[in-house]
Amino acid sequence: MNIILVLEQTLNGLQLGVMLFLMAAGLTLVFGIMNLVNLAHGSLYMVGAYLATYFYQLTGSFVLGVLLGLAGTLVVGIVVELVALRTLYERGHLDQVLATFGLILFFNELMAIVWGRAAIYTTLPAYLSGHVELFAGLRYPLYRLVIIAVGLAVAGLLWFVVARTRLGMLIRAGASNRAMVAALGVNIRLLYTLVFGFGAALAGLAGLMSGPIHVVQPGMGELILIDVLVVIVIGGIGSIRGALAGALIVGMVDTLGRAFLKPMLATVISPVAADTAGPALASMLIYLLMAAVLAVRPAGLFPARG
Amino acid sequence: MDKPLLEVRGLTKSFGALLASDSVDLDVREGETHAVIGPNGAGKTTLIAQLAGNLRPDRGRVRFAGEDVTALSAPARSHRGFARSFQITSVYSEFTALENVMLAVQAHAGHSFRFWRPARGETALRSPARAILEEVGLGARSDVLAANLAHGEQRALEIATALATRPRLMLLDEPVAGMGAEETRRMIEFLSTLKGRKTIILVEHDMDAVFSLADRISVLVYGRIIATGTPEEIRANAEVRRAYLGEEVQT
Amino acid sequence: MNRRTAILLAGFLLLAAVPSIAALLGQPFYVDLLRRVMIFAIAALSLNLILGYGGMVSFGHAAYLGVGAYAVGVLAHYGVHDGYLQWALAIAASALVALVIGAVSIRTSGIYFIMITLAFTQMLYYLGISIEEFGGDDGMRLEVKSQFPGLIDLNNGNAFYYLVLAILVLVALLGHRLVNSRFGMVIRAARSNEARTRAIGFSPYPYRLAAFVIAGAVCGLAGALLVNHTAYLTPEFMNWTRSGELMFMVILGGMATTAGPVLGALALLLVEDVLSGWTQHWQIILGPLLVLSVLFFRRGLAGLLFGKDE
Repeated sequence: MNIILVLEQTLNGLQLGVMLFLMAAGLTLVFGIMNLVNLAHGSLYMVGAYLATYFYQLTGSFVLGVLLGLAGTLVVGIVVELVALRTLYERGHLDQVLATFGLILFFNELMAIVWGRAAIYTTLPAYLSGHVELFAGLRYPLYRLVIIAVGLAVAGLLWFVVARTRLGMLIRAGASNRAMVAALGVNIRLLYTLVFGFGAALAGLAGLMSGPIHVVQPGMGELILIDVLVVIVIGGIGSIRGALAGALIVGMVDTLGRAFLKPMLATVISPVAADTAGPALASMLIYLLMAAVLAVRPAGLFPARG
Repeated sequence: MDKPLLEVRGLTKSFGALLASDSVDLDVREGETHAVIGPNGAGKTTLIAQLAGNLRPDRGRVRFAGEDVTALSAPARSHRGFARSFQITSVYSEFTALENVMLAVQAHAGHSFRFWRPARGETALRSPARAILEEVGLGARSDVLAANLAHGEQRALEIATALATRPRLMLLDEPVAGMGAEETRRMIEFLSTLKGRKTIILVEHDMDAVFSLADRISVLVYGRIIATGTPEEIRANAEVRRAYLGEEVQT
Repeated sequence: MNRRTAILLAGFLLLAAVPSIAALLGQPFYVDLLRRVMIFAIAALSLNLILGYGGMVSFGHAAYLGVGAYAVGVLAHYGVHDGYLQWALAIAASALVALVIGAVSIRTSGIYFIMITLAFTQMLYYLGISIEEFGGDDGMRLEVKSQFPGLIDLNNGNAFYYLVLAILVLVALLGHRLVNSRFGMVIRAARSNEARTRAIGFSPYPYRLAAFVIAGAVCGLAGALLVNHTAYLTPEFMNWTRSGELMFMVILGGMATTAGPVLGALALLLVEDVLSGWTQHWQIILGPLLVLSVLFFRRGLAGLLFGKDE
């Protein structure tokens, strides 16, 4: 276990954290403002990945693929909001969970029908592949650095919008008192649609960025969705700050745990036992973390409603 | 033996920038009916919530029968002898009036980790519940679903549920809220039968109820108690008239 | 005998007659199908206790199907085929897991509770996948069914069917007593109005935890039955989509009724069976169907069948 490896895994953890943040921010915003629990958020992630891959292959331009994929996901998100989700704002969480669960089945199967069930691998364009020498001995994939940069930029943009603009003020107000915002005469429907669309775009962005690293396949959204839920619970539902903190923590713990738990365990117990216990424990790590956080702070680290 | 049943010292509660309770001191003697009045937004329900154990004060102490109960939860206080009725009617809508009261009886009638015997058939729960419903005048309505009761009947059911736990101290939050004149008269009549038997803290806007039931009155304005005294003393108090009664008394 | 009892009795007699009817029609497949339905009905009944009556939206209930199945599977893997031991362990292990998960989760409420129960289920799912010894994500076969020497041979399809039916009836009856007992009343009161329940002197936590454990244990038994039925087990038993299906069975069937979960299991599994016969992409039909049912059909099948007096 050398320092280079640790640094590399830390960067990986940061990259995962940033992706989780993009997803978590959208989900927590939607929950905070519209009180809507949207399990189909992972489906938007998947749609982003599929659309970007499709447009990339169609146009041959990665950038065009990204832009069209993003636009496409935004459109899909808005359509879903208008058609299926409007009626759910008034319903309880149970109804929302069940209905969005139905949407998940629908979208997974839709992707399978259009593009097949097999996993799709994307190759990166030349200018994005390859490694960068960060400093002596540490070579890190360029693309992952780009992801980190994009993610942090979005985080910065979100902070700016929420803290410094009128829209952001409405968002913050809405997160703590929905009725008040409506009473102020703000066009609530438009606000909701905008917020949902924005969240969908973030999910789509995360999805299309992840495409080249992981595979694109039906059901990919649900794998990350669970992690996103853990992030939100740890960070505090409805809070962007919480989403960032939770995402970075979960990203780090998960990545570093998977990389180093087995070798660390092997120093105290037999290598054979560590071989089984290591991965098993590593896969449970973020859930144990969540339980620990909840034991001390049942509302998460930075809950939106004081 | 003049130690108050309930002693409140320095009760303070803020919600962000809003100071809902501002160092409230209150003494309530056993058997007394003590009314708390004040303009809207004065913090009356917040005070009741802190006394009942639904809300934790930021600072201050609540002592009941000599015991410091500040840290006790609402269920624990119920077992010490507190009972509370809610400002916004809070009954079990899908249970009948009888079942509503039976549940309150059940809470104080031995343990509830019984898994086999149907609770609705237990005489030990039914009889006391029936008796209390008769007392508040709902005897004929005991098998009606709470959701189907008239508003005034639901308020009476609230009181019945509170009584069923055999409390020493009752915290009544606007018991006649939303009631018509006749219903209000009947409720006041019933509450007066409780005077002396139970210690009551009564939050109310209806001045008829307050002046006919209260032994003493405390006036709460912006989270502070500005005066405590007998109804006559309060009526005569200049500061109170200015702050609260002034707008309402026509003399 | 009132209408409700008559319908329930008719339903029971119909279920009891299935093996004979199937034999007459030369379609043993129906015994298999209905047995599967009944096993899921048992699982759905257990979820109904905490979801329907208790108002606790547990999105992780399928975990106990997995724990029960793995208890049986793991013991069999190491050569222990005693049915009594296996099933006792299935129930005990599920109860223990429910106790641990419940102790943490029930301190929260609302949306947190939903997400946490979901997260914990996935944790178990990933745990199952990561243990190579038991097949990882491929799972493993159950070579030898649970043995109950002298009592019953589970390889006999009809005998197994009647065992499942007996357990279903037992669970339904016991459940019915439970929700009307003192304990059940507290659970239902806490769901109906938590503030009121605390005000009269009940602290909901211990009751909810107990209900959670009971529900987990019964679902663990369903898991033991399921693994014997399918003769293999995989971590997919614990997948959250499975949890979602269980929830639909409870909701569609009619929450807080005894017949509801059974009807829901029957309806959902039959619909899945029929749809998958039409197309391999049946989920694209099922998905919107589920969405529509949530939006427009909340009273549930039991409400339809029994009218208002359930």
